[in-house]
This record gives sequence, structure tokens and C-alpha cells, in this order.
Amino acid sequence: MSETEISTIGRSVLRKEDHRFITGNGRFTDDINLPGQTYAVFVRSPLPHAEVRAVDTSEAEAAAGVVAVLTGADLAQDELGGLPCGWMITSKDGSEMKQPLHPVMAVDKVNYLGEPVAIVIAETLLEARNAAETVQVDYRELDAVVGADKAQSALQIHAEAPANTCYEWELGEREATEAAFEQASHITSLDLHNNRLIPNAIEPRAAIADYQPGTEELTLYTTSQNPHLARLILAAFVQIAPEHKLRVVSPDVGGGFGSKIMVYSEETATAWACMRIGRPVKWCADRSEAFLADAHGRDHFSHVELALDDEGTFLGLRVKTIANMGAYLSSFASSVPTYLYGTLLAGQYKTPAIYVEVDAVFTNTAPVDAYRGAGRPEASFLIERITTMAAREMDIDPAELRRRNFIQPEDFPYQTPVALEYDTGNYGVSLDKALEMSGYAEFSARQQQSVSSGKLRGIGISCYIEACGIAPSQVAGSLGAGVGLWESGEIRVNPTGNVTVLTGSHSHGQGHETTFAQLVAARFGIPIDDVQVVHGDTARLDFGMGTYGSRSIAVGGSALSVAADKIITKGCKIAAHLMETEAENIDFDQGEFKVSSSNLSKTFQEVAFAAYVPHDYPLDELEPGLTEKAFYDPANFTYPAGCHICEVEIDPDTGCVEIVNFTAVDDFGRIINPMIVEGQVHGGLAQGIGQALLENCVYDDTGQLLTGSYMDYCMPRADDLPSFNVDLTETPCTHNPLGVKGCGEAGAIGSPPAVINAITHAIGIPHMDMPATAEKVWRAIQEKRGA
Amino acid sequence: MYSFNYSKPDTIEAAREMMRSAEDGIYLAGGQTLIPAMKQRLSAPTDVIDLSSIGELTDIDVSDGRVRLGALVKHADVAGSDAVRSAIPALADLAAGIGDAQVRNRGTIGGSVANNDPAADYPAALLGLGASVHTDQRQIPADDFFVGLFETALEEGEIITQVAFPVPDRAAYAKFPNPASRYATVGVFIGVRDGVTRVAVTGAAPCAFRSAEIEAALNAEISARSLDGITIGADDLNNDIHASAEYRAHLVTVMAKRAVTALPK
Repeated sequence: MSETEISTIGRSVLRKEDHRFITGNGRFTDDINLPGQTYAVFVRSPLPHAEVRAVDTSEAEAAAGVVAVLTGADLAQDELGGLPCGWMITSKDGSEMKQPLHPVMAVDKVNYLGEPVAIVIAETLLEARNAAETVQVDYRELDAVVGADKAQSALQIHAEAPANTCYEWELGEREATEAAFEQASHITSLDLHNNRLIPNAIEPRAAIADYQPGTEELTLYTTSQNPHLARLILAAFVQIAPEHKLRVVSPDVGGGFGSKIMVYSEETATAWACMRIGRPVKWCADRSEAFLADAHGRDHFSHVELALDDEGTFLGLRVKTIANMGAYLSSFASSVPTYLYGTLLAGQYKTPAIYVEVDAVFTNTAPVDAYRGAGRPEASFLIERITTMAAREMDIDPAELRRRNFIQPEDFPYQTPVALEYDTGNYGVSLDKALEMSGYAEFSARQQQSVSSGKLRGIGISCYIEACGIAPSQVAGSLGAGVGLWESGEIRVNPTGNVTVLTGSHSHGQGHETTFAQLVAARFGIPIDDVQVVHGDTARLDFGMGTYGSRSIAVGGSALSVAADKIITKGCKIAAHLMETEAENIDFDQGEFKVSSSNLSKTFQEVAFAAYVPHDYPLDELEPGLTEKAFYDPANFTYPAGCHICEVEIDPDTGCVEIVNFTAVDDFGRIINPMIVEGQVHGGLAQGIGQALLENCVYDDTGQLLTGSYMDYCMPRADDLPSFNVDLTETPCTHNPLGVKGCGEAGAIGSPPAVINAITHAIGIPHMDMPATAEKVWRAIQEKRGA
Repeated sequence: MYSFNYSKPDTIEAAREMMRSAEDGIYLAGGQTLIPAMKQRLSAPTDVIDLSSIGELTDIDVSDGRVRLGALVKHADVAGSDAVRSAIPALADLAAGIGDAQVRNRGTIGGSVANNDPAADYPAALLGLGASVHTDQRQIPADDFFVGLFETALEEGEIITQVAFPVPDRAAYAKFPNPASRYATVGVFIGVRDGVTRVAVTGAAPCAFRSAEIEAALNAEISARSLDGITIGADDLNNDIHASAEYRAHLVTVMAKRAVTALPK
């Protein structure tokens, strides 16, 4: 085997999983069918806010093919718990956040449009659907609370939450920040709405549950980003089944973007109903249900102020945000506008004083939770907008203002005023590279060209930072996290020398089967095809925390790296025995255990075989077998950062915005597979540009969803996007063994402010809320010209 | 989708007979509106009568100064027809811009015209070219065919067999698509024949219409400049989350100017 075949780190190895997917051999939840299975359809509330006076299921129960019709009252009878929120936030007055019961199905009140009220189970999907229409629910409609900005003075939704307020949180130093503002020679301020988004994974949520009465084991196949966490929540909080009798399998999953982190009503009710009726139950959301009932993202109203001295040095940042939680606290909703948002407000800058207040409010809308970036896009949008506004107000080039305030390479590790300690970075390098790639210096020539053809042209910079691989567990725990944030990795070297890798992280499009295989293959010096990556089944691996927050390579990859070290350590001992020397004389290199200063060696495969057929083996010192596992708890977050530059051309007659160039220079630390990383950047940029220009979840004043299908909710398409201009810089992470940082969310975090900075530059206005639709842009141009 | 009876007659007479005997029947052409509506249970016919086996409805004929499109001619076939393109390039271009590739390869001109969606592209072409709609009963001039929101002059059970377009001297279509649905937020079709200019607008109002103001201006002089100062009243225009009536009114003149500019010399 040649060296190039062995060392695959840093190479764009084609994705191992793609053959399966493109030949239709993926196995998704809805592909799983079990003997005797039944089909579930949910009866959903057509009203966003109402009392439920009565639920009459008699006609549905008598309908053809119906097996059972179960309601919230039946759930209550079985004493099932509500759906918990896994992060306790403490308000600034020391009180705990208000956590109203989040019932699996509504009992006496519905609080959002589409909230499940009953589950109808029948022999066929058609019969279940037909019967569901005959369930009669007597509602008394109440006024709906829709906008988060008005929620605190609206009708109270939950008895536990006066003024519809879940918590009033703060971070940073109020007094120091006030003092900074008093010193300021310039203050820039901005009010903004970070628009609400609907996630839209290509595969809708689905579940199929199977109960074996003989062993009392319940298996739930479902579209989860974190099957062990789902099992923990279902066992410990909902108490559907004890953990050792509950298996959660998350097979191939078609995208998540955060929306499949959560434990939802539908999957829970499906599992419970299966035990109730003693037959497998299957549920698969249709697209309309996904729009209504998947956890939405963003929806922040913020007021932000930046204080600067007359040189443009940042003195202080003050932020007040109202964050929409929706009707109930979804699984990790409370952490998104706090520890994933407020902690990021230093950005790439040495702002000495920062103070942020966040009020989380309940509304009669679908629950809001993590969505690609989760808190960090909201932080980055706000910082990168106010920075650009300040630069324009002070007549300083936005690139130059950023450079003046950057945390410098010699400042690392850098303690921000908002809790985080950045380990490494080099922001000037990524800015310089992006400026060069985007032709920033030659912009005015291009602008002249646009003007001469009747168009407007603008350029916008965004220097974002994010935090991935949320950690360490003890710190997260002290801040209210209900779970640990380590990851597990297990490596089973089989007797023939090929390798089964088990990871507690979960791939739903990220390409773990390739990246992790590359990692392990390179470490052992074996062909990548000799490595099989297994994930997503609580019965096959001990425990795992799943995939979200761009954590997989930094935490899951590091766990595998530690497990690989253990394999090599044991392998050295076995090889030493076989070659009659001591382990410290063995060097492992390129798949061979070699005795130093000799030509003796044993291959990886020979050592593996000896471990399982221990005829010539130090059994008195060493157990047979060659399997090792590691639970890796990181010392810190990782801090990917970079610079995105967007250039737009605008047709003033229609307000249409064309992105004519988009440059992204990202620092993700060390890279295992550049192709997969680039793919992640492209996807993230598409979502970020989608938020900036196209995507918008709109409820009308009565709480009805106006954007409940692709006719009205605009997803970005290929022809909305330019050919991206992407590159990397590299400052390896200092605290994990691989030097990696994570790349899944950066595109969605860095790009929205770059787009809006470009559009506002082109028009010559201070701000525009997202999405910058053609009409909004046209109106802004009209107003500007009229002014 | 609810259960329904499905039939696929070979002749127009058989289709009409099936419709007569159905409790609540509906004709299926390309199904690009009907099938999604049925899947969402917004439409619940007892009988679906599939017209796709009626061979004569798929013909494209360009002769005698007319482009005749059978009712079941698909958008992709119009877009890809050399004969149509050489006779009325604007019509081929319009068809090429409908929906997406999937819609264009299933959706038909007859289905689109019969549905009369306020944001559909074809009604603008029919009005702008002075086409006539041929049915199994009669011929209806386009000006009389599009009656209101999703409403046409078709009688109960009547089947469109063909749409006939007189070949114009010049024609052009300018569309501002809704970024989500890619239907027309506003589309303007201009046809010039024998010195008379017709201007049809789709997407802006509950039903496609001809703009008297713009026609008058262009009949005086066919140039974008002659539309300067013309404003379209917003009062009767559509107003929704995608575009206000005022913005749509503005887009009508912008698209009209673009269509004029795009007219072949």
C-alpha cells in the first residue's frame, strides 16, 4: 500500500456514504416497516390560543380501520410527564426561569397553531387521516399573542409566567458598561428584528415504535440528531419506559439543522401509543406539519448600542434583547438566547465592557429552539451590523475599524467580558485574505460601472466568531445545563484487522462516515475502506451526546483520537511481546509496529489477530481483545472565526438584489476533509443568504401561519446564489488533540450581516431588517431618493 | 387525499359522458394544481377524469398565421418547439419560465387556462396575443374567457380542446417572479399585430387583464419612453405578504417597459 493511500488526513476523500444515498439504498425512518404496524395521524389545533372544552372521539373510534384514538386526557391518565427543557436559566433577580408544563398532547388548552390534541391510529394511513377529521374538538377561542416585542403587555398565556416572561437574564458588567458609554465620543445605536425562520430539513420528522411485551423492551426508530439524549429524556422525564428497556435508533437522517435535537410531542406520543395498543405505530410528518410543528429559529428583537472613542476604539457594547420562546420551552430553547448568544457578543473585538439583558417571552406560536447557529447568528448579526454602522457614521473604512479593534494574535488566550476565553485565532489574516480575494480595493471601479448601467452596488464585510463544541461539562452544568457535553468514541479492531468505529455523535448529512473513517484510517495506517463508522443506535454504543453546535469533529473526533491512542498503546504491548522486546522499544508508524533500531516489525493486522487468538500472548499482563473507548470532555469551546465579504448589485426599478460576489475565508483549525468542509460552508452560506434575502416565517395578527408551504416560505435555490469564493486560514485549536474547531454553522453565522452590510451600503441607508425583499429594498431606495 | 373514482377516457365524448354521470367530477390535465389541492384535501372530487389519453389534445400546429396548441400540450413542449419559437418566440420564452422543470414537464396549457390562477403566465399571453380558446362546444375569444378570480367562461363539463394564437408582428413577455412560488408577482405581455398593440397584465390583480392606459400610450408610440409618467391605480390590485398593491402597481409599468424594450425589432 502506498503512502498516499494511507495518509488521508487533509485530503478530499469522496464521501463513503454517498453511494448508498444516490443509489436509493439509504435507510431512513420511514423506510422501516414492521409486521402488524399501524399508522398515526395527529389532530392538531386550528387555533393558536383556545380553551379546549371537550374532545369527542366517538365518531373517529367507530370509523373504518381505526385501532385507537388517544387524547391528552389519556396521556394524563397514564401519568406521563411533560416535555422538559434541558437548560435552567436564572433571572437577574435570582429566580429560576418559568417552565410551564409542555404537555405531549394538549389537555384543556391549546397554545399554538398545530399543537397536537389527539392521536388517531388506524390500519392504514388513509383510514387514520379520514378518522382524524371526525374528531370533534370544542374550542373557546382566546386572543393570540403573536409578536415577541408585544408579548410582555399581552394576554397572559401560562399561569406560571406573568407578563408572558420566561426569564430576564443578564451577562456582563452593567456599571462598567455605563461608565464606558459616559466616556464615549461616539455612540451608534440600532433596533433590529432577527427574522424568524422555519428549518426545513429535506426529510420531515418521523417515528416508528415497536414494543415487545415478552422482554418489555420498547424500540423507537426516529429522526433524531441525538438518540441517547432522546432516550434519557423519554426515560427520566416523560417516564415512558426505563432507560435499560428503551432503545432509540436514529437511522439515516435527512438533515436536521438543529430541528431534530428536540424531543417532540409526536415521536413521544407515537412511542406511548405503541405500548398502549400493543402494536407497532408509525408516524411520518407531512411538509405542512413540519412547517407548523418543527421548532422554529431566531426571532429576536434587539436594541444595541456601541460606544467608541474618537479614534474608533470600541469602549462598550450594550444590548437588550427580547427572544421569542414560542408557546412552550422546547428542549434547549432557553440556552439559545443566553449562553449561545450573550457570551458571543465580544465578537472578534477587544471591547472592554459589555452588558446584555435578554427577556425570553412566551407567545402563541410554535416553540423556538436551536437552528443552524443557534444564538450565534443573532449575536454575529448584531455585532457586525453595529460595527459597520459605526464605521460609516465615523467615516472610517469598515475594514479598518474592524482591524483597529481586533483581538491580536499575541492576546490569546483572550478572556472576553462575557464569560468565554478564546484559545486562539488570527483575525487580521482572514480579513486580509478576504479583502484580497473579493477585490475590495477595486470596489469603486466596479461601483462606477454599475452606476453607469443604472444599478446600485454595495459591499459588506462581516468578521464573525462562533463557539463550537459547547463545553466543558462542569462549566455548562454550573450555568444550568441539564446534561453533560462530552462525547464518546469506541474503536473495535476486529481479528482480521479491519475496524469498526462507534461514535456518539450523529451524522444527518455531515459526512461522519467519511471524516471519522479518514481520521482512524490515517492513525492506524490502514485503508479507509477498512473502517466502518457506526452511529445512531443506543443498543450499539454505550452513550453519546449527538450532533449539534458543530461539535462532532471537535468533541466526537477527539474522543476517537483518544481511543485510537489507547489501541496503539495496547498494540505496542502486544507487538513487544511478539517480538520479544519491551513496549517502549516499539514505534508505531504507517500501520506497522517496529522495533527501534532493528528491522523487526509486525503489521497492524498481525497484532490484531494475536489479540483475539492469544496463543502467543502475555495473558498474565494483558487482556485479550483490541477494543478501546474514550469519553472526551473538552477543556473549552472551540472558536471558529473568519471573514465574509458580500458584494451586491441592485436594480433600483424593482429592488431586486443580486449577489454578484461572495467571499468566505474561514478558520476552522485543522481540516480532515477539505471537500466536506467546503460543502458545509456552501450549505451554511445558502442558509445565511436565505435568511438575509428570502426566508421569513410570518404569522398574521391572529396567529395563523401565512408561510405554511413553499408557495409562501421562500427557501434559497441554486439560482439565487452566486458561485462562492471560499478559502481557509488555520490556527489550530490549542486544547483538543486534533487541533480542529468545527465548520457546520459558520456559513449561516457569518453571512447574513455581510449581505445586509452590502445592501445598506448600496442604498446608503443605516439599516434594513431581514429578509431584504425586493419590495423592502425598492421602498428604501424610493425613500432615500425622496429624502 | 380522499378516495375517488379514476377514469381515463379515449374520446372527448366519453369524457363528457363520464362528467355527466359523476356526482362531483373534475377533469385532470397535467394535475399541477389539482393534485396538490387534492393531497391537501382542499379539493375533494368524487371522480377524476384523466384527459391524457385523448390523443388529439397534444398536437402543436403552426400554419396559416396561427399557432394552435392542443389543450394537453405541456409547457416544456411549447418551450422546446422550434415551430412555436420561430413563430412567436415570446410564447416559447413564457412557457420556459413557468414554475420549475417538474411543473413544465407535467403542466399543460389547457389546465393552466381553465384554472385561471391570478398569477399564472399563460392568461397574459392569451390576452396579449388576442388568442381564442377552442372547446368541444365553441370558440371563445380570450377577452371574454377570463372572467374573474379562478373563474372562466367555461360551462359545466365543457372541455378546452385547443388554444389558437394569431402570429403577431412582434411580442414580448416580462415577468417579475415571486421568489418562493415563481408564479408571476407581475407579468406583462405585449403583442403587436397589424399596427395594434395589446398589453396584458397577470399577477397584479385577481384576474389577468388588459391595461387600457398602457395600450393607449403604446398605440401612440411603441417605446419605453412613452410609458414615462403612466401610473397604474393600486386600488383593485392584489395585496399580500409578497407584494403590496402599491408595489405591484409600480411593477406593472416597470415590466411593461421591459417588455417593450424586449420586443424584437
